[in-house]
Amino acid sequence: MIDSFILNALIAGICVSIIAGGLGCFIVWRKMAYFGDSLSHSSLFGIAIGIVLGFNATIGTFITCLIFATLLTFLQNKKILSNDTLLGILAHASLSIGIIAISLSNQYINLDAYLFGDILTVTKEETLWFISSAIFVSCMLFLIWEKLVLITINENIAIAEKINIKLIQSLFLVLLVIFVATCVRIVGILLITSMLIIPAAAARQISRSPGKMAIVSGLLGIISILVGVYLSIIADIPTGPSIIFVLTAIFTLILLSIRRY
Amino acid sequence: MKNNILIEAENISVIRDKKEILQDINLTIHNKDFITILGPNGAGKSMLLKCLLGFFKPNNGHIKKSEDLKISYTPQDFTIDKSMPITALDFIMLNKKVKKKEILNILNELNIEDLIHKQLSVLSGGELQKILIARSLVDSPNLLVLDEPTQNLDVSGQLNFYKFLNKIYYEREISILMVSHDLHMVISTTKKVICLSNHICCSGEPSKITQDPEFINLFGHEFADMMSLYKHDINHNHIGKDND
Repeated sequence: MIDSFILNALIAGICVSIIAGGLGCFIVWRKMAYFGDSLSHSSLFGIAIGIVLGFNATIGTFITCLIFATLLTFLQNKKILSNDTLLGILAHASLSIGIIAISLSNQYINLDAYLFGDILTVTKEETLWFISSAIFVSCMLFLIWEKLVLITINENIAIAEKINIKLIQSLFLVLLVIFVATCVRIVGILLITSMLIIPAAAARQISRSPGKMAIVSGLLGIISILVGVYLSIIADIPTGPSIIFVLTAIFTLILLSIRRY
Repeated sequence: MKNNILIEAENISVIRDKKEILQDINLTIHNKDFITILGPNGAGKSMLLKCLLGFFKPNNGHIKKSEDLKISYTPQDFTIDKSMPITALDFIMLNKKVKKKEILNILNELNIEDLIHKQLSVLSGGELQKILIARSLVDSPNLLVLDEPTQNLDVSGQLNFYKFLNKIYYEREISILMVSHDLHMVISTTKKVICLSNHICCSGEPSKITQDPEFINLFGHEFADMMSLYKHDINHNHIGKDND
């Protein structure tokens, strides 16, 4: 019989993997790895606000990430600075502000849990949030899938075909924000981007269509959650890094086996 | 919109970095028009297309579009990132509600049916261009917009392309708006030429335009004389003869 805390952890992890499968492909295709990283860094600020003001950290993260993503997109469109400079400034500024806010709050907060995740403390009530997030993000992504793929390949063709690219791109950002707010609990701020990128990069090696890449990416994420949680329990190592370690091992194996041919 | 007008642009001006890229452009695209925009580099050709297609909002002027306008656009600098796994067929079908059979017919016409299962990322520039053209014909558009469509094709590829363009123009009765540098081929294919050098220098039928002082001014005497040798009736198909 599996302990209920492990079962909750596995359900949450599988939900996060499903979301990451589809979104991660777009992060890879659109070269948004650094964007994802910055977004997750900003989530610490949201967590701090949530704790200081006494509401749910996930809601705090969601709101801050949403503001951060909007601000980032606005500044990117202004083209005042290059993208990576802009992201570098905003990501680390928000991370610093977040840590300062937490230290000033005079409350004991397990910072490690937010930086590296703490999947084994997910409660039964929280799994409901994970399940509904997974269903919502998957359905939304399915609805905008073809349009978003076309926008990713060539924005101008999409505009000429009367696709409202601003709407679709904004929806994508909202889904990404939901993912970050959800995933912080699982692998932590510092490892969120790898949950998006590594499964997608591994899936790319063995996929011939965008849809298949997303499905394979999701499946690889699920495998890494199952193996990673198991490994962390038997070897008594932190769960978040353990999951990412398994993912990296899968990625390396796929890459090596593909190169052989 | 009345009088079979698909797009009507009035007094379009675009200013960038204090430089007027487009000056007071007036242009109307009707049903079954075949218009080619010619002009030297930096003349504002691509910018004019961007304004007409709605990618860029001009600083001045109005653009009216017919409600039933269905544009298909082939961009100039299309590249596909290696991280995107997609076959030519999947790309053509993306966001299009058409049957696979219709797509296969178009691919047959273009002689590229052997490319359908190949990944876009392994195709050559010319092959990619053909796939883009094929995609632009799917779903029966009424206006085909092509930005330098033959830049990645060799000479025989260009000849085949213009022959094919002529064929679809007559068979499908669609309008074509094209930016091109292939002056000699354009003259023998298109119905109307617009010479652009930030403003419209001259426009009209290809056979007459080569005699226009503005055209001669823009492209030089020698070129204009050479072009006048290429005067063709576009219904004639004697491209082979010209090469003899």
